[in-house]
Amino acid sequence: MNSKNQAKQILVTLSQSPYGGTLAREAIDYCLAAAAFEQNVQVLFTGDAVLQLIKDQHPEAIKQKNISKTASALPIYGIENVYADQNSLDLYNLKPENLCLPVTVVSTRQIADLLANSSSTLNF
Amino acid sequence: MEYSLVVLGDPHSTASATTALNFARSLLKGGHDIFRVFFYHGGVQCANDLTTPAQDEARLPDEWAALKKQHNIDLVVCIAAGIKRGVLDQSEAERHEKTCSNLHPAFELSGLGQLVEATERSDRIITFGA
Repeated sequence: MNSKNQAKQILVTLSQSPYGGTLAREAIDYCLAAAAFEQNVQVLFTGDAVLQLIKDQHPEAIKQKNISKTASALPIYGIENVYADQNSLDLYNLKPENLCLPVTVVSTRQIADLLANSSSTLNF
Repeated sequence: MEYSLVVLGDPHSTASATTALNFARSLLKGGHDIFRVFFYHGGVQCANDLTTPAQDEARLPDEWAALKKQHNIDLVVCIAAGIKRGVLDQSEAERHEKTCSNLHPAFELSGLGQLVEATERSDRIITFGA
């Protein structure tokens, strides 16, 4: 693949609720594709997107595929840095043990650092 | 500086695509380059040639096509997001046994790898939300 800069650090910010629209799923698809193309990707779940990470979802009742299963694949695709916004988790009273994959919980200050240290950010 | 844009919004439901178009024009006017515009999620409707807005409204596929003609910008529609929403080129229409295709000729259907490449190669990547 053509490249001017191999060492880019991409931060993908997800903020959509899991089933209110289809952007959440397409955003995760992008993350997996970027990882499959061996990009240096970090993923931040913020706002309503933290709901995507809840364990034991049963969206079959609304004829949807379980998004947490796809999100769980992030580490399998080599995305090791998955972050969740502390404030958003607090808003929904979620703890790391309620989530479908291990995440690094980050404060607003740490999110600012993540943004500052990324060469590109994509917001979904 | 070289930019790429990502358009996520359906042009007839959100301001996303029109804002992206205005931003693109401003960039080019300011002497910047645009490598690629990637249409994803509802943004794929920007490439639907059957789009028929009222006569006094802008027709987005033509607007993007004009910009491409002037500035040689790559206009890529995510194939998975596109065909799911009924935006098909001739070969996809045949493959899926549809009676017609509707992808505007200025656009091409391709995979998410095109977005990955745009992110990798451009100095800036700007997303226009849904």
